[in-house]
Amino acid sequence: MTAPLDLNTLWFALVGVLFMGYAILDGFDLGVGALHLFAREDQERRLFLNAIGPVWDGNEVWLVTGGGALFAAFPEVYATIFSGFYPAFMLLLFGLIFRAVAIEFRSKQPHPAWRAFWDGSFSVASVAAALLVGVALGNIAWGVPLDAAGEFAGSFLGLLKPYPLLVGVTTVALFAMHGSIYLILKLEGDLQARVRGWAQNTIILFILCYVCTTMATLLYVPHMTAYFKEHPVLFLMPLLTMLAIANIPRELHRGRDFHAFLSSCAAVAALLALFGLGMYPNMVFSSPLAENSLNIYNAASSAKTLKIMLVIAVLGVPLVLSYTASIYWIFRGKVKLDASSY
Amino acid sequence: MDTLFLSRLQFGLTIAFHYIFPPISIGLGLLLVVMEGLYLKTRDPLYHQMTRFWVRVFGLVFSLGVATGIVMEFQFGTNWSAYSRFVGDVFGSALAAEGIFAFFLESGFLAILLFGWNKVSAGMHFFSTLMVCLGAHFSAVWIVVANSWQQTPAGFHLVARDGSARAEITDFWAVVFNPSSLDRLWHVLMGAWQAGAFFVLSVAAWYLLKKRHEAFARASFKIALVVAMGASLLQLVSGHSSAGVVARHQPAKLAAFEGHYATGPGDLALLGWVDESAEKMTGLAMPGMLSFLVHWDASAPVTGLREFPPADRPPVNLVFQSYHLMVAVGMGLIGLAALGLFFLWRKTLESKRWLLWAFVFSVLGPQAANQAGWFSAEVGRQPWIVQGLLRTSDGFSPVVSAGEVLFSIVLFSLVYLMLFILFIFLLNHKIQHGPSEEDLTVGRQRA
Ligand code: HDD
Ligand code: HEM
Ligand code: HEM
Repeated sequence: MTAPLDLNTLWFALVGVLFMGYAILDGFDLGVGALHLFAREDQERRLFLNAIGPVWDGNEVWLVTGGGALFAAFPEVYATIFSGFYPAFMLLLFGLIFRAVAIEFRSKQPHPAWRAFWDGSFSVASVAAALLVGVALGNIAWGVPLDAAGEFAGSFLGLLKPYPLLVGVTTVALFAMHGSIYLILKLEGDLQARVRGWAQNTIILFILCYVCTTMATLLYVPHMTAYFKEHPVLFLMPLLTMLAIANIPRELHRGRDFHAFLSSCAAVAALLALFGLGMYPNMVFSSPLAENSLNIYNAASSAKTLKIMLVIAVLGVPLVLSYTASIYWIFRGKVKLDASSY
Repeated sequence: MDTLFLSRLQFGLTIAFHYIFPPISIGLGLLLVVMEGLYLKTRDPLYHQMTRFWVRVFGLVFSLGVATGIVMEFQFGTNWSAYSRFVGDVFGSALAAEGIFAFFLESGFLAILLFGWNKVSAGMHFFSTLMVCLGAHFSAVWIVVANSWQQTPAGFHLVARDGSARAEITDFWAVVFNPSSLDRLWHVLMGAWQAGAFFVLSVAAWYLLKKRHEAFARASFKIALVVAMGASLLQLVSGHSSAGVVARHQPAKLAAFEGHYATGPGDLALLGWVDESAEKMTGLAMPGMLSFLVHWDASAPVTGLREFPPADRPPVNLVFQSYHLMVAVGMGLIGLAALGLFFLWRKTLESKRWLLWAFVFSVLGPQAANQAGWFSAEVGRQPWIVQGLLRTSDGFSPVVSAGEVLFSIVLFSLVYLMLFILFIFLLNHKIQHGPSEEDLTVGRQRA
């Protein structure tokens, strides 16, 4: 009954893993961005920024590589989505530009107005990026109008439906929660105590959003649950997701912050896995004309390319994981400001 | 103004802006390796100070390269969807490889370079510098491979799919080592070394003129001058062999470089103007030199533009001018570097204020030549987006409206203008501030 593991499925999973890496890693630094304006003084904001200082750029590379892998493995999806959601992706790109330079520029001048401008840019850009990514995922799941050639046949305003917006807000809440737990690990003293309070609130907010999204999916997006109904064992996944989420406040309560963070990482990963399983074997649902949907076969590159890419992945991924792990290890522990800090 | 024209404008603008920064990172990366290597070898605190100062500048340049690079990664899909469907099978792997092999390496180790001074040993720090330099060079490798495939496609076949055709890989190594990739990679990397070296020369010359941080400036100047001289000479060699590849594989482009219309012995223009309607180049030219450089025979025929229907010719004058700008600047940089070395050897460099001023402005040379070089290569390929296979007019995104592209161009222009002004302002601030005394003290490094 289970699907055979063919090359296309494998690449669907690998592209998924890259975006999962992005969501877990950049997720917390987008979340830190979302919380940035709540910090009170310059000193606190510097601590926030330096908590993600050495790692944010590497985190973003997961998105860049995910985009490259999508282009290589499923060029039709890459072409349809990015041209179809043109204005939304342009906004996302502006968000990412502003975030990148805000982190770099902010510390270069002491004037309060300068800093306030970049603080605002950093925060707004982080929230916008999370929201846009979420809305895009929401649309892909809900279904967008595609024509027989696989081209997007809708309009920008058509993308702002309630369900995708709900997924967008849920994404922001998820990242804010994830970011606040990361901050707890990196901060100490009063500020840490305050961030603990925020973590409580963001967890509640996220759980509310999560429940709404789940209900909406069950009620209005039946094709997202079809694959689960065919393979009932997969219902373990949503169960695991809920356990991971429920475990977060429990670990925080017990003072095991690092475990809470791991749980939060697991929750992010599990949510994306749910999304992937719900989509499989489709990659972009077409609605109303379901027969125009892009799936892992009609949108893929040739088998030869997928095999070449597999070799690249087998060589590259262990390298990437090893130095990602080293960097996190070298910069472990609480943030300390020094001469080379932002 | 239609979607096609606006998409070309947007792609040209955004990539040209991106390309201000990576060459400096690549070239400066190499110099950082030399500086920090010298420090480890001699333990002279001066080299430690140099490394720390230039690492800070590197960080600033790098962040702009990243911010503008992310835009490039997604623009193939947003603005060139038909092209993406056509090339994805061949081209996507190079882009993915760039992420996996280059960007992760660079961004990961950059963290240690910038923030790791007190966290890792001196040896480990040097290793990180080496990895950042390597990562920067790798990013050029993959993207140049992808671009070279568009110029001289190889290792693929065309497959019909849903009524349209697409290119699929038949031989991965033939794609990677397509006829132009090695020459162009070499040329791009030397251009980047020149960009980094003249950048350092410019700042160092300015300190020497202002009599500030003189020991620091002298040492930086020497290292950069040696790299500048070597890279500028190699650039001439690699440019020449690139021209040979163009002559063999893209004859229309070569003819446009020289405004050469009638097939026959080709001249090499030093300066000139092409009247495209009269099909004539007027200017100062060395008779037979083009034939000589391409075939080692001044009377050998070179294919002229008249062999191509007007619809298959690139915009000739634009290509001609940008190509000649690049070559002229290239010659000028060789001369400047040679003069610098000569007076350095005579120990009279610092009394030649005019020469130091020339070095201060020399930073603009490689920048202009790099931009002009890409313009010649890319505009010279027109009307093809993939040489001989897909026209640019068939490559853009059919579902994106002109209004949407106009909107994004306006936003990009405003944002990039602001970034550029801030970049110059912050760079100037760093240069005015200069290397600090603390940079001389070696810190808590576990040596
Ligand atoms: C791997 C691909 C790639 C790479 C590395 C570059 N380009 Fe390119 N370029 C393209 C892929 C491309 C393209 C997508 O294929 C375009 C869009 C329209 C066209 O004909 O080719 C293009 C067009 C294009 C144009 C417009 C030409 C026209 O429409 O007349 C300019 C001015 C440049 N590029 C400039 C550059 C610069 C300054 C680069 C240096 C970094 C560069 N390109 C690297
Ligand atoms: C259309 C073509 C290009 C695309 C899609 C592209 C993509 C990107 C992306 C996504 C980044 C950010 C990586 C990160 O987050 O760390 C980047 C940075 C970089 N790119 Fe490009 N790039 C292009 C052209 C080039 C060219 C032609 C070169 C060099 C010859 C180059 C060299 C670099 C380097 C060295 C960096 C690191 C940042 C820096 O050093 O300034 N890129 N590029
Ligand atoms: C010294 C004499 C030079 C010659 C004879 C020369 C020749 C060439 C030729 C023939 C091309 C076109 C290659 C193609 O379309 O495939 C080219 C492209 C290019 N040139 Fe030069 N060049 C010279 C100097 C320079 C200098 C000084 C720089 C920068 C510092 C530079 C940067 C570039 C770049 C970035 C490209 C586009 C990439 C490529 O196509 O390889 N060139 N050059």
